[in-house]
Formats: sequence, C-alpha cells, structure tokens
Amino acid sequence: MKILVPLKRVADPDNANKIKIPAGGAAIDTTGLEWKPNPFDEYAVETALRLTENGATPKTRAGEVVVVTFGPKETEATLRQALATGADKAVRVDAKDGELDGALVARALKTLVEREKPDLVLMGKQAVDGDSNQVGQMLARLLGWPQATFAATIKEEGGALLVGREVDGGVLSLRVKLPAVVTVDLRIVAPTSVYSKQTAPTFKYNEGVRFAALPAIMQAKKKPLAEVKLAELSADAALRIQYSTFEPPPARKAGIKVKDVPDLVNRLKNEAKVL
Amino acid sequence: MADILVVAEISDGSLKKTTHSAIAFAREAAKGLGGGFSILALGQGARAAAQELAGFGAKSVLVTDDASLANYVAERFENTVIEAAKQGGYAVVVATASSFGKDLMPRVAVALDAGFASDIAAVKAEGGKLVYKRPMFAGNAYGYCTLTTSVQVVTVRQSEFAPAEPSGGSSPAQDFPLAPPSPGAERVEFVSFDQVKSSRPSLGEAKVVVSGGRALKERFNEIIEPLADSLGAAIGASRAACDAGYAPSDYQVGQTGKIVAPRLYVAAGISGAIQHLAGMKGSKVIVAINKDPDAPIFQVADYGLVGDLFQIVPELTQAVRANKG
Ligand SMILES: Cc1cc2nc3c(=O)[nH]c(=O)nc-3n(C[C@H](O)[C@H](O)[C@H](O)COP(=O)(O)OP(=O)(O)OC[C@H]3O[C@@H](n4cnc5c(N)ncnc54)[C@H](O)[C@@H]3O)c2cc1C
Ligand SMILES: Nc1ncnc2c1ncn2[C@@H]1O[C@H](COP(=O)(O)O)[C@@H](O)[C@H]1O
Repeated sequence: MKILVPLKRVADPDNANKIKIPAGGAAIDTTGLEWKPNPFDEYAVETALRLTENGATPKTRAGEVVVVTFGPKETEATLRQALATGADKAVRVDAKDGELDGALVARALKTLVEREKPDLVLMGKQAVDGDSNQVGQMLARLLGWPQATFAATIKEEGGALLVGREVDGGVLSLRVKLPAVVTVDLRIVAPTSVYSKQTAPTFKYNEGVRFAALPAIMQAKKKPLAEVKLAELSADAALRIQYSTFEPPPARKAGIKVKDVPDLVNRLKNEAKVL
Repeated sequence: MADILVVAEISDGSLKKTTHSAIAFAREAAKGLGGGFSILALGQGARAAAQELAGFGAKSVLVTDDASLANYVAERFENTVIEAAKQGGYAVVVATASSFGKDLMPRVAVALDAGFASDIAAVKAEGGKLVYKRPMFAGNAYGYCTLTTSVQVVTVRQSEFAPAEPSGGSSPAQDFPLAPPSPGAERVEFVSFDQVKSSRPSLGEAKVVVSGGRALKERFNEIIEPLADSLGAAIGASRAACDAGYAPSDYQVGQTGKIVAPRLYVAAGISGAIQHLAGMKGSKVIVAINKDPDAPIFQVADYGLVGDLFQIVPELTQAVRANKG
C-alpha cells in the first residue's frame, strides 16, 4: 500500500498560551515558541507506518509512505523527522504560511495525489494552530474518494479499511474501499488501534508514536526530498478566507481555595448561586 | 436577497438539539444581512423533525426524508445540501460544529467553491459583510475573518450560540428531492454505530458538567457518576482518562474533544493542560478538586479544593444530596 501523509508544522502546541497578540491585533506572534509537527499529523505518520508493516518486524516496510508539507524551506526539518521514523520520501510544496488556506492546500493536494497515486491519504483531523478541521474533508470531496474522518481504529481488509470513527455519542464504523481519505483522532496511536494485513491480531504496539534511532536520523538525510512550486499544483492561489484582526480571550481571574466540602457547598449555594 | 440556509442535524430519526445553535446563528446573521433563513431537514425522520422546526421563524423548511439516509454518511447527504444551497441562492450555509457538521460542511464548501469558516464563536455584519470570530490556538486567540466568496459556508460552536427558542408562527414545509449520492458513496459502507447510552443530559446541552481525569483510574464511574447524578450533570473526562479507557472517548472535553460552557463545571483529578482548558474555560463557575495545590487547573477555577478526590468527591456528593433534601 502506498500512503500519502500531509504534515504541517505548528508553533509548540503545549505552549499555545504563550502566543502574543501585539496591540492592534494585526497578527499572532509566535516568536520564542519552537516549531513542532502537528500532533495529529505525527499520529498519521505513525498510522501510515503501522499500515505498511508487520508490527512484529517494523524495520521492513511493505509499501511506501510519502510525507508532504506546505511551507517555507525550514519546514524540511519536519519532513526529515518523519523520514527518520520510517517514511520513504518527502515532498515540500514551497509556500509561506500566509499564502495558504485550507481550501488551497486541499486543491494543491488533489494535484499531488493525481501525480503520486497513493492508495490512501492519511492525515490529522485538525492542525492545532488554526484548529480548522477541514482539509481532509475538502480533499476527499475534490478527489471523489470515500472519506472516514476522526479515525480511532483502522483495520486493513483486502482493498478496504474498516475504520472506527469517534463521533458524538459513540463510535461509528465505516468500511471504505481504497483509494480513500482518512483523518485520524487521538486514540489512533493506542496499542491495539491499527492492524495491517500482515500484523497479527494479537499484536500490541507501544502507546504513542515511535521515535527515530540515531542511525535512522543519519539515513534520513539521504532519503529523497523533492521541492515543488505551489503554482504547479494549483493555478488558483486565491485565498477564500482572510483574517483582519486577532484578540486574546478574556482573562479568567483565578478564584480562591476553599477549606473543605461544607465551605464549597455554602459558596456554590450562596455566593455563586449555582446549587 | 441574502438568505441563510440552516442544515438541521437528524440522527436516529430525530432532530438533534445541536440544530438550535445553527438557528441562533442564522437569526443573527439574517438580521445583519437584512434577509431571512430557511432550514433543510435531511435524513430519515426529517418529516417529523420539520414539524418541530416550524416554529422558529424560518421562511420555509425544506424536507428530504428518505430511507437511504437512515445513517449519516457524507457521500449520501452532501449533494442534497449542495443542491438546496444552489437552488435557493443562499448567501450562507450553516450547520453546528458537531461531528456531523465537521464531517460534512467542508465538503459542501469546496463543492460550492465557497469560503469556509469552522467552529465560529460570533458573527457581526459590517458594511453588509459578515465578519466571523473563530477560536484558534486552543482558544488562546480569537481571529476575526471574512470570506472572499459570495456564497459562504460556516459551522458554529454550540457552546457559543445559545439554542434558539421557538418564536411562533408556522414555516411552510416543502419537499426537496434527494440528490444522487457522490461518486465515493458506493465505496463507503456504514457498518455500525456503538452508542454510549445514557439517561444523563448530553455534554453540549448540560447546565452542569462533572469531569474526571487520569487520577480516577478504574474507579471513574464509581466516583464520578453519583456526583453527576446528584447535580443532574453530564459527565466529561480528560484525554488521559479517555485514552486509558476509564471513560468513553465521547466524554472527552477539550480543544480536540467537546467544548462546553455550563453554569457549573467540576474538574476532579484533572491537571488543567491547555488542551483541556480550551474545552471548558467558558464555563460560568469552575470548581477544581486536585491533590496538587500547584495544578494549573486552579488558575482558572473559581473554587479550588486541595485534597484527595477519593474522599472529597463522595463527601461532596453527600452534601449536594443533603442540600437538595
Ligand atoms: C493533540 C493533542 C490534543 C489534546 N486534546 C485534549 C483534549 O481535548 N482534552 C484533554 O483533556 N486533553 C487533551 N490533550 C491532553 C492534555 O495535553 C493532557 O495530557 C491531559 O489533559 C491530561 O489529563 P489529566 O489532567 O487527566 O491527567 P494528568 O495531567 O496526569 O493529571 C492528573 C491530575 O490528577 C491529580 N491527582 C492524582 N491523584 C489524585 C487524587 N487522589 N486526588 C486528587 N487529585 C489527584 C494530579 O495532581 C494531577 O494534577 C491533548 C493532547 C494533545 C497532544
Ligand atoms: N500547510 C500544510 N502542510 C501540510 N499539511 C497540511 C497543511 N495544512 C493542513 N494540512 C493537513 O490538513 C490537516 C487538517 O488541517 P486543518 O484542516 O487546517 O485543521 C492537517 O492535520 C494536515 O494533515
């Protein structure tokens, strides 16, 4: 199976509360924050690796994993990281962040899919900077491929995937025939979430994503990384969404520590009036 | 004419309350644009849902009720939404950002070549154009945006648009033909829906939410359920509690789970990671119970109680019951 994984780098999500919004609110300032791969995209890479191997012998790839990012030169570091964990090749579509919106990324990905001809596009359900949750769905529509969003489990069946989706009220299972677009949710990296055809049903992965060993990091430098111009993939580069200003959320003032349960109940009843 | 089309959410044959937030948006946006709004009731059971939707002041309620729509699959639903949007010439198509709206609406947007803004928290009209406010960066920034296209598609955050109340009148119901499924439809098969059955209010609608974290371990239900029931609350959880299987994944509150804004939110054994805070910071009153006095959750809590939750929560349950008694 050949899998394409779009991968975005975002400002360190665990410190998203340290972003700054200068007076006037013309832009969001993320200086001082480290770039990290979007966690959901890291999960998508891990999922792609699990689907192209026998879990018991993860050094042998049965298939191909191609990672792609849209961004400036420095985003190649994110691609190299993915190559080091096991992806086979990478593509960087040269673009500044401000030149992109979700629909443009989706249009360009469509062309890239037509070139690369993967059996599956696996991606994060959302990039945790913009929190949009849109590109996978848009891409699936543009391609006319079946879609399974918010995947928590994936089981490969001949030519199809059985996907357990986390939706409001429970878990909804879909069977999608390949080629398809699947977006992943948090639980996809649990030990028993993903089974390729080769992996034994009793096999258990370690929780979370795999890390690259030092030799793999060195080898990743030799793996192919191509650069493509955005205009080659989408002639229409017009943005459909434009941000004018930004503002911080209203600050919540820290409250008080109460001494015990009776004190708490008394305050909830008489002060906050919520009981 | 600049009207708005609300896509109602129908599941298991009945209208979902999420719809009322999209209607609340439509009323506001329609005022801003000087037009009105219509509602598309799409799904098996849409005819009955349309009756429930008749009293909200919509110009019309379009009804597509078909057995092939018993279970939601984007590829079987979307073309009817797209056709309704085209034929009615609507300026804005809106649904609530539930898992249904999130799955469906980005597709509708690209099909219409419309700009798309997801999960919006507020809308205002400026010089005849709609400006949308969206939370970003785990709720640490709000962005104000406009869409450059004449047709626009949005999803709205349920916790930010209080459910619309009926306004009287009776909107005419009109049958709308089912459009053919999308090309991908024959390659998607609905297999099953494992529902978390509960008699408690849903997280999106509850006035009180009691959430538990990793600290609860296997005793999650034993400890949390009695408190939730004494308060008539919905139950939430942190990612860590869901990942470990202490609570169903559907309970997750946070940036990438459910966003809630109840009158009272109780967090027990939750540290307060920014991803969790993103989902509950909008609550009116927050209570935190944690044995670590420096846990970040206390920075947003109105009332903090430091101590062992295995003692405190049962004691609180007793006290709430006694108070009601
Ligand atoms: C991409 C991404 C998305 C995420 N999305 C979400 C999300 O939507 N929602 C979410 O919640 N998280 C999310 N997270 C995870 C988040 O970063 C935290 O890891 C998670 O919220 C921690 O859960 P917790 O507070 O239950 O566990 P911990 O951080 O382990 O905290 C447990 C707390 O319990 C306290 N405690 C322990 N024993 C007791 C006791 N006996 N009595 C009282 N207190 C006790 C401890 O002091 C501690 O503060 C996301 C992470 C990523 C990377
Ligand atoms: N600039 C980008 N480069 C690569 N992938 C992207 C980019 N933006 C979005 N994506 C992909 O689209 C997914 C959903 O992002 P979004 O719709 O922006 O929340 C992400 O998880 C990525 O897989």
